[in-house]
Amino acid sequence: MYTRKLIRVLFVAAPLALVAAGCGGGDEQAGDEAGLSGMVSIDGSSTVFPISEAMAEEFQIANPDVRVTVGISGTGGGFKKFCAGETDISNASRPIKPTEIELCAENGVEAMEIPVAWDGLTVVRNPANDWATCMTVDELARLWQPGSTIERWNQIREDWPDEEIVLYGPDTDSGTFDYFTEAIVGEEDASRDDYTASADDNVLVVGVEGDEGSIGYFGFAYYEESSDRLGAVAVDNGNGCVAPARETIENGTYAPLSRPMFIYIKPDALAKPQVRAFVEFYLNNATALVPEVGYVPLATEKYEELLGDLPAAM
Amino acid sequence: MNDARFLPKQAKRKRAGAIFQAVCLVSIGFSIAVLAILIVDVSRDGLRWLSWDFLSRYPSRIPARAGIKSAILGSLWMMALTAGISFPLGVGAAIYLEEYAPRNWFTRLLQTNISNLAGVPSIVYGILGLAIFVRFFGFGRSVLAGAATLALLILPVVIIASQEALKAVPNSLREASYGVGATKWQTIRYQVLPVALPGILTGTILSLSRAIGETAPLIMIGALTFIAFAPTSPMDPFTVLPIQIFNWTAKPQADFHDLAAGAIIVLLVVLLVMNAAAIVLRNRYQKRF
Repeated sequence: MYTRKLIRVLFVAAPLALVAAGCGGGDEQAGDEAGLSGMVSIDGSSTVFPISEAMAEEFQIANPDVRVTVGISGTGGGFKKFCAGETDISNASRPIKPTEIELCAENGVEAMEIPVAWDGLTVVRNPANDWATCMTVDELARLWQPGSTIERWNQIREDWPDEEIVLYGPDTDSGTFDYFTEAIVGEEDASRDDYTASADDNVLVVGVEGDEGSIGYFGFAYYEESSDRLGAVAVDNGNGCVAPARETIENGTYAPLSRPMFIYIKPDALAKPQVRAFVEFYLNNATALVPEVGYVPLATEKYEELLGDLPAAM
Repeated sequence: MNDARFLPKQAKRKRAGAIFQAVCLVSIGFSIAVLAILIVDVSRDGLRWLSWDFLSRYPSRIPARAGIKSAILGSLWMMALTAGISFPLGVGAAIYLEEYAPRNWFTRLLQTNISNLAGVPSIVYGILGLAIFVRFFGFGRSVLAGAATLALLILPVVIIASQEALKAVPNSLREASYGVGATKWQTIRYQVLPVALPGILTGTILSLSRAIGETAPLIMIGALTFIAFAPTSPMDPFTVLPIQIFNWTAKPQADFHDLAAGAIIVLLVVLLVMNAAAIVLRNRYQKRF
């Protein structure tokens, strides 16, 4: 008898429950008199994710009825969704490309750029490597350019040891890869390809840590967390060696590897009170929250200026 | 034993037997050792984070404040909907193929295709789900779209497992049922299904436990990474345990890697409970002939 009941439940009740649940769902909560409600949807770069995640967390504590979602689909993937009108805000670790602006325009979506923080791409070495503490942009370019034949450290500078170089870096889908190749090699996505590539920066940390002759690069937040296990390579851009640090990234002397992080918003979406409130919250709290997740904030006045530049409420 | 013909090479044959046994022992030992290493490693990092707070809090950028509530609820929603979609479809297809379909080239073609589908990489189902459920049907990046995608993913296995269960029902049972005047539908409904059900359920639960660990297709259809609310309807955005684990292991701070280990323990426990349920169901309802 048990089995019969079971059959009835499984075949009749389960699909019914499904249909019922499906019908009940999907009601968008509109504006609520008492406070803000509704959805704010964010997607895009994994590098900017920690900042938007922190903002989303704090914003929802302050506004418990607003639902903020943050996804990771990469800067390019994020723009695809943003331009299709699927998201309100897009995280980006590089400026929007002309082709993406076109795509947005086709769908009648306007993209407004707001810089939210600085990141310093950090070139890292194994701590046992006590020679390559500073490299020039030219040396880095010779090492990383496509077809580079440099295999040993003494091929870069003759007084460096005759030891094999092992290279680690982000994979080609990453915005970090785009930026590094552009800033160092001089052409976006131009890189030698005989290096260990990983989308997971922790893999790169472990790789460089375990290999004496190794060198790699990734975002400053990962270096800061592992600075007891890795050494940074200072970068000489013609004005002497500058090591990556919060101060040098903020004042722009750590060049050319300091890069801005952006969020892109649809001006239309600002008509939704919860989206406007979120963007204002973002800019008002960036000075406090950005450093907490390992990035360098812009000057406080800059955030105030950006806040003032937001299109007026409709 | 007195017969001389039994004696030649006896020592050698016995040795071969002993070697084979040893090889089998090593195989099982290896599998268990890998699992044990995983469990020990994960427990060492993750156990101290396990607490009621960890289960009942939303994710946070501060490790001490972070929890997996939205991921657990998302996974539960996902499983309930996936089961609701794949079970009736899978069992229905199996009943048709086993009980109704004529044996001809067309059903053989269907059968081959179903077996092949079981081997398609899960990311392909993700792309399919993105095109069909997210975009075409307009489900958006919702629990429903994710569940429909995972249901497709496990459907071939559910169908095959159900078919095997139906095949195991002795034909004498069907013939006896026809013999007392039952129709085909009555025979299936009152004789065949009750007998096959434990096997069908076991197969379904085992394939659901595969679905609960899936990450790739869900990332493909755009399941989200940071969610600090519980889904309240099938159209809500969602996250699941494997995605939360993936997100935490990618963070720079070591504490998050330990949190991920904690979430892995929770996922392992959920899997264990599901597999135990499959065994209990099988033992409780199985009839032998």
